[in-house]
Amino acid sequence: MKNIIKIIGASLALSLSSALFAAETYQIDTKGMHASIEFKIKHLGYSWLKGRFNDFSGTLTYDEKSPSASSVEVTINTKSVDSNHAERDKHLRDKDFLNVSKHATATFKSTKVISKGKGKADIIGTLTLNGVSKPVTIDATEIGAGSDPWGGYRRGFEGTTEIALKDFNINFNLGPASEKVLLELNIEGIRK
Amino acid sequence: MNGYHISQKMMHWLSALFILSLFALGVWMRTLDYYSGWYQTAPELHKSFGIMLIGIMILRSYLRLKFHTPKPLNTHQAWEVKTAHVTHIAMYALIAIILVSGYLIGTADNRGIAVFDVFDVPPLFIAFENQEDVAGFIHEWAAYCLMGFIALHIAGALKHHLIDKDKTLKRML
Repeated sequence: MKNIIKIIGASLALSLSSALFAAETYQIDTKGMHASIEFKIKHLGYSWLKGRFNDFSGTLTYDEKSPSASSVEVTINTKSVDSNHAERDKHLRDKDFLNVSKHATATFKSTKVISKGKGKADIIGTLTLNGVSKPVTIDATEIGAGSDPWGGYRRGFEGTTEIALKDFNINFNLGPASEKVLLELNIEGIRK
Repeated sequence: MNGYHISQKMMHWLSALFILSLFALGVWMRTLDYYSGWYQTAPELHKSFGIMLIGIMILRSYLRLKFHTPKPLNTHQAWEVKTAHVTHIAMYALIAIILVSGYLIGTADNRGIAVFDVFDVPPLFIAFENQEDVAGFIHEWAAYCLMGFIALHIAGALKHHLIDKDKTLKRML
């Protein structure tokens, strides 16, 4: 009997500690769509043109005790590009840009997270876009975390990064002011 | 009925001019550099003349119903009559498909099509997922097919004129 209590106690302690200290896994809330992947690019250098990807999914792990052990993984359906202009979207899906018939998905997988404290971190990872994989660094900030009113637990982040179109073999000439694209990410995860 | 009505001849050559120009314009405008002065204008012209072609084709159909078409010449071979008939139907059908799909590209996202900045052709209630991509694919390939049938059509006309030396082509002049 004593042994059984010991075993139960030990396993309880173990599961408790793993719940407390191990990284938690979060599903990005694309079902309720509390997440967005947006981009902006200068138009001729005179204004920002904004667009987004409507269809994506992903998960993240987060370790409060050691944020550097966190990770994130996102898959984007490139076909879902939406700049609120059908003919431009058609062109963006074409060979000149995203070449979606050949590269239907874009992915980001983090390889390293450098915590900078105060909820800020550099998320280094591999972005695969238009069939080209390149390392990028996302400048991320935690917005908040806590229980939601429906029995779940959520955690949200924002992040930005800048990529050069040429790096991803997108060579359509949009002019000297429009060679870089800013990605703006807003992600809310629901703890699994 | 021995020949085409003068209005039919005019509409035939007018639509020929429109169709060939629209094809050339359509291919060329997609090769333009973003900084080309034509980058915005060429698609606008393509759309405006395309909408005009819808009117021309409706008028042409009306004239065809009103005046009918002359019978094939007695010297025409049975296979020639049949090939010509199929080619004509294919051309009419493809032109209709290209016009409708073009309209659907331009009106995706519920936008109207501006005709020479004079008036807008409104979008219809029909809208479907990825409308601009589906319509774009159909528009492009139907146009290439049409060019194939037009080549056949021209080859037939030239054969009658130069080899058979009959009146087939002259009836349309």
